[in-house]
Amino acid sequence: MTPDWYDRLHSIEATEAGLASAGYIASRPIATAAWLAHHLQKPILVEGPAGVGKTELAKALSRWLGIGLIRMQCYEGLDESKALYEWKYGKQLLYTQILKDRLGAALGEEPGLDAALARLHGFGDLFFSEQFLEPRPLLRALREPGGAVLLIDEVDKADQEFEAFLLELLSDYQVSIPEIGTVRADVPPLVLLTSNSQRDLGDALKRRCLHLHIGLPDARLEARILAARLPGLEDELRRQLVAFVQQLRTLDLRKLPSVSETIDWARTLLLLHVRELDVALVRDTLNVLLKFEADIEAAEPRLAELLASARRDAVPIR
Amino acid sequence: MQGPLLDFLRAARSAGLRISPAESIDAARAVEQVGYADRATLRDTLSLVLAKSAEEKRLFADCFDLFFSRPAFTPEQPEETAPATADSPLAQMLLAGDQSGLAAAAEGAASEIEVANITIFTQVNLYTRRILERMGLAALDREIASAPPAMAGRLREGRDRLREQVRELVQQNLALYARGQAEEYRNRTLTRTRLAAIDRRDHDRMRKLVRAMARRLATQYGRRRKRRRRGLLDARRTIRRNMGWDGLPFLPVWKEEVIDKPKLVVLCDVSGSVAAMAQFLLLFLYSLNEALAGLHAFAFSGTLVPVSDLLESQPIERAIPAVLDRAGFGSSNYGQALADFAEGHMALLDSRTTVIILGDGRGNRTDPRADLLAAMANRAKQIVWLNPEPRPIWGTGDSDMPRYAPHCRVAAVCNTLDALDRIIAGLLRDGA
Repeated sequence: MTPDWYDRLHSIEATEAGLASAGYIASRPIATAAWLAHHLQKPILVEGPAGVGKTELAKALSRWLGIGLIRMQCYEGLDESKALYEWKYGKQLLYTQILKDRLGAALGEEPGLDAALARLHGFGDLFFSEQFLEPRPLLRALREPGGAVLLIDEVDKADQEFEAFLLELLSDYQVSIPEIGTVRADVPPLVLLTSNSQRDLGDALKRRCLHLHIGLPDARLEARILAARLPGLEDELRRQLVAFVQQLRTLDLRKLPSVSETIDWARTLLLLHVRELDVALVRDTLNVLLKFEADIEAAEPRLAELLASARRDAVPIR
Repeated sequence: MQGPLLDFLRAARSAGLRISPAESIDAARAVEQVGYADRATLRDTLSLVLAKSAEEKRLFADCFDLFFSRPAFTPEQPEETAPATADSPLAQMLLAGDQSGLAAAAEGAASEIEVANITIFTQVNLYTRRILERMGLAALDREIASAPPAMAGRLREGRDRLREQVRELVQQNLALYARGQAEEYRNRTLTRTRLAAIDRRDHDRMRKLVRAMARRLATQYGRRRKRRRRGLLDARRTIRRNMGWDGLPFLPVWKEEVIDKPKLVVLCDVSGSVAAMAQFLLLFLYSLNEALAGLHAFAFSGTLVPVSDLLESQPIERAIPAVLDRAGFGSSNYGQALADFAEGHMALLDSRTTVIILGDGRGNRTDPRADLLAAMANRAKQIVWLNPEPRPIWGTGDSDMPRYAPHCRVAAVCNTLDALDRIIAGLLRDGA
């Protein structure tokens, strides 16, 4: 039986519209990626600078499709007992204690040691069964009956060994647990991996994924994103704001402001009841956009010039 | 899998994308889903499946555009005279100005003679002629010879134009399919050429190669690594790991040895004989930055000059000539350089430092001061001597190599980029 969210992904246009309805304005390649990921049943590896909406894409997909989002944050030293499954040691111990009292009774009528052992083997598997299994994010995603969006966040922060461990999951949507066997997903989850390119990921991992690179958006797209996220923002201010941020990105900065910073800034301006940008105001709120002292120093002397050209070049928005 | 996709994969590989068979299958499945109708969608789709880094995305975009922009057989001046009848189909098409027919015929002939196999530019004429022959050039030529003058003129004109168009088609195929091979071939040869013999105009390409090599090593060894030492129990971590079983050690944890990033001190001979080599070594080491804990560089020909500051403050393209300016092109005096180091910088050496000396060990009959090298070897973890000269001539003439060699853990011949890569990779692997 196929889950009902399968129908929603019937075309790229539908995907684009659907994501927009969940508050995520997707460029065409992004929508294509989401659509293709479902139809080819392949994970998407999303790369790009911080704050362009890599994680947000997974959230929007889960919102739109009405399925759960299972998120796993990667970090150095992450291993399979934290990512996949763990045995419930406490519960196992408790059960052993309880069984100890009953053991005599259970084995009482067996004549010899061999027979008693044989009988004990029958119980042995009890302790390594589903009941004592503590599923971690990856296993949970596989066993979700209606499917799920699995977000493996910042996979570049995890060790190389962990990457290798993901391979089986990503290519076949199954994992092997030695004591139980292979767990296979009935409904494969939509898997998104994100990476900030802190280190190059292995070829084996990349080969199994669709590779989506989200860059900084152009003015038109950014304006649409702002309109979707902050409907209260006036058109004129939005136009100036986007043009200014676009101008700012042409400077040689250590960390260029990305979409999340633009949204934060717009929110700030909205709170301040600003109607029009001026130099003093921009200078006061620049720390929302730029996160390094050196960047702020580099941008400050050129604010007037940037603002002027932003006013001139501001693109008309629909 | 359909023909056009196969051709495109081939072109993409040639453009430098690394596409595995598994990815080709994915591409075919993806194309099955989207079809060829919408080019923008096709482009997005293939880019998702085939290009796996920002750099590859760029290559992909170029290749995609080139592949799908076949040279247009543009119709030229309209035919004013009444269409004459001709015998051969090719002449017929030329007279009728049937450009799409000609284009289709040219494409068909091109794929019949497998123009995609073209490898170097000297083959352009050959393939052009083959395509024209396949299209029926011989028949056309016969017809031109026997036709009345007016028509022969028109046919001849048409033939020449057609030849140009076909040549363009072949050239595009060359750009699509052969670029990668040619690039790869040149790069491969360069890594094996003696560094001193590399031509100045190849320096840019060499820099790129050196950087790429360094980047590969840096991603491999840039992180702190551990090596498991099986057999030595780590009692503390074993107890922690097995707390779930009441401390019964079901899962033993073995001790690990941390492999540190190497600390390097580099002494570079920049006298005329080894200067070419020295600049590539310095570039290589500086590109490795990420994989190294610290790097102190010195250059010498007569006296020793620290150059780390130069290399750090300026982009490498300008820094290296500056280094050569400051210290280079004199006659080398190894004894003096070692004495300078012993006097001023001995404190840099500790049990984790590797000293790399690059030079031919020819001190122009000055005192070699091998005793100082011995003292350095005692303080440092190891000394590695890279000599661009082949081993048989070590010790001939004014070479002091035999006196220095006993104090070096490694004394190796290093005169190509390949050798350099091998030696430095070895150092990084063992934590230098």
